[in-house]
Order: sequence, then C-alpha cells, then structure tokens
Amino acid sequence: MHEMSIAQNLIEIIEEEMQKYNASILRSVHINIGQMSAIVPDALYFCFEVITSRTKLEGAKLIMDIIPLKGCCHDCKSEFEIKDYAFICSACGSTKIETIEGQSLSIVEIEVD
Amino acid sequence: MKISVVRNILEANDRIAQQNRDLFDENGLLVINLMSSPGAGKTTLLEKSIDALKGDLRIGIIEGDVQSSQDAERIAKKGVPVVQINTGGACHLDGNMVRDTFGEFNFREMDLLVVENVGNLVCPAEFRVGEDFKVMILSVTEGDDKPTKYPLMFRESKVLLINKIDLLPYVDFSLERIKEDSLKINPHLTVFQISCKTGEGLEDWHNWLRKQVKAREEGR
Repeated sequence: MHEMSIAQNLIEIIEEEMQKYNASILRSVHINIGQMSAIVPDALYFCFEVITSRTKLEGAKLIMDIIPLKGCCHDCKSEFEIKDYAFICSACGSTKIETIEGQSLSIVEIEVD
Repeated sequence: MKISVVRNILEANDRIAQQNRDLFDENGLLVINLMSSPGAGKTTLLEKSIDALKGDLRIGIIEGDVQSSQDAERIAKKGVPVVQINTGGACHLDGNMVRDTFGEFNFREMDLLVVENVGNLVCPAEFRVGEDFKVMILSVTEGDDKPTKYPLMFRESKVLLINKIDLLPYVDFSLERIKEDSLKINPHLTVFQISCKTGEGLEDWHNWLRKQVKAREEGR
C-alpha cells in the first residue's frame, strides 16, 4: 500500500524542518488530506506509527484534517463546494472549474521541542 | 513550539516528475500515462496502436507491473523499444521509477512515449511521472458505476477509452450512463468507444493521437 511511501515522505519533510529549528522531540504533526486524494487516513496513520516506532519521533501524534473539494468557476469567479464530484458551477452552470481545495496532500504544522 | 510548514507531502515525486517533464520537452516528446484496472486492455491497445502508427510515429513504451515481463515481451514483438519496470509490490509507477528507465531510450529519435501503468483504478491517478496527459481505459465488463466510485481517476484523465464494446450485447452496461457520469466529474474528457478485438473505433483514437503528436512537435 502506498501510504507507507507517503508516510516516509512525510517523515523526511518533518526531519528536514526539525533540523532547521534544532528541534529534537516531535510532539505532533498536522496534515491536510484532500477529499479526492487517493489516500486512506487510517492506513496513513498506521504507517506513520510503524515508521516512527523505536525512533526519536516515536509517540508523536498525527492529526489529519480531511479537506472538502472546492472549486472556482473560471466564468463567473464564484467559489463553491463540489458535491458528488460534479464539476459544474452551482451559480452559472459553467464546466470550466478549477479545483482550489480538496485534491492535495500537505503538511500544515509541526509541534516540537 | 509550533512550526508552520505548508509543504506538499508529494513534493519529492512532483519534483522528479517535473524534471522528467523538462527532459521530455527538450526532446519534443509526447508522453502518455496509460491507466486502467487489470485486464481492461492496456497492453492489447498498445499492440494495436503500435501496428497502426509505427509507420508514421516513432514509439517507445515503458511497461509497469508488480511482477513479470510478459507485457514487455508482447510489445517487444512489435519492434519498438520497450522497458519493463517491476515494482515488486508498489501499486503504481512514480517519477523515480520512470526516470530509472531513461538510459534505455533515445528520446531524440522518438515521437511518442507511452507509460503503461500498473493495473489499478486508484493509485496511479495520484502520482505524476512527467506525462503530458493521462489516458484511462474502462472495459464494458467492469460496470458503468465506476466514475462516482473512482472520481480521481476520471478527473485526472484527458481521455477515456471505453473498450470491449463488442461485448455490449452480453453485459449490463449503459454507454449513456458512463458518459453522463464521467462528464459530470470531468466535462473536458474526450471519450472514445473501441474494441481492440474487432478494431471498431480504433481509427478515431489513432487519428486523435497523431494530431496530439503533431501539436506537440509544432509547440516546440
């Protein structure tokens, strides 16, 4: 399952950031998981625990927020929540929709000592 | 203390995919990431398309599977350069795996590179490998309820090839439903109805591909 390689990527970023600030203990990490990303939060949580176990990051909490799909209409500029994966503007019916939230996987914040 | 990070967790793969993209651009190469469930017809489609196009296009193929080189062996019989990636368990190809094959190709002497991804309707949609666009195949034996079940795949693809249409009389599959549902998720999807078995619909797909290669070369 690829959540393992994603957890690995996440930990590499965390370690880079911790080094920048000379931090040695990780208390928690907060990530955003887009609603439409092909990531299963429970699987990611499991993989994170497995990879951090018996390392200096062991015990850190992984906080995950699911970000709903949001689009912006290129025609009328309105922003709206995309329901049932229908990429059609709720205001003007245009199909020229750019996804502005809900498709990415990002790290937001870490809490360290 | 809290540190605001704001980084894309997949940035490592995105960086490599962009480097791949830059190399493809330098060589004016059109690159397609071909995806589907196992058995929907990716390799058979490539066999048919190579037969039809190799007279006017120089084609290379990267094959991705968990194990086995069967697909690469089939493609090799068509006389085009092909490399097999075995992921050993990974459910999709990523930019790094694709990059590792570059030494086997001469991109200067190529017009079209197709990356046949691991058979999987979920994970390949999440990972760029440096392609110009993604093409997905759905066969009529898989059911017409797939768009709402696998929205990312349909959203990320530029083309949907509905394959095995010769089997329509024997399965419960509504072409209207699949087109309506997939166009709701991705209104810009180009849809072709094909049968790799009978050859129906393939000419339109091949002509479309030729146009894309030409546009790519002219865009250089």
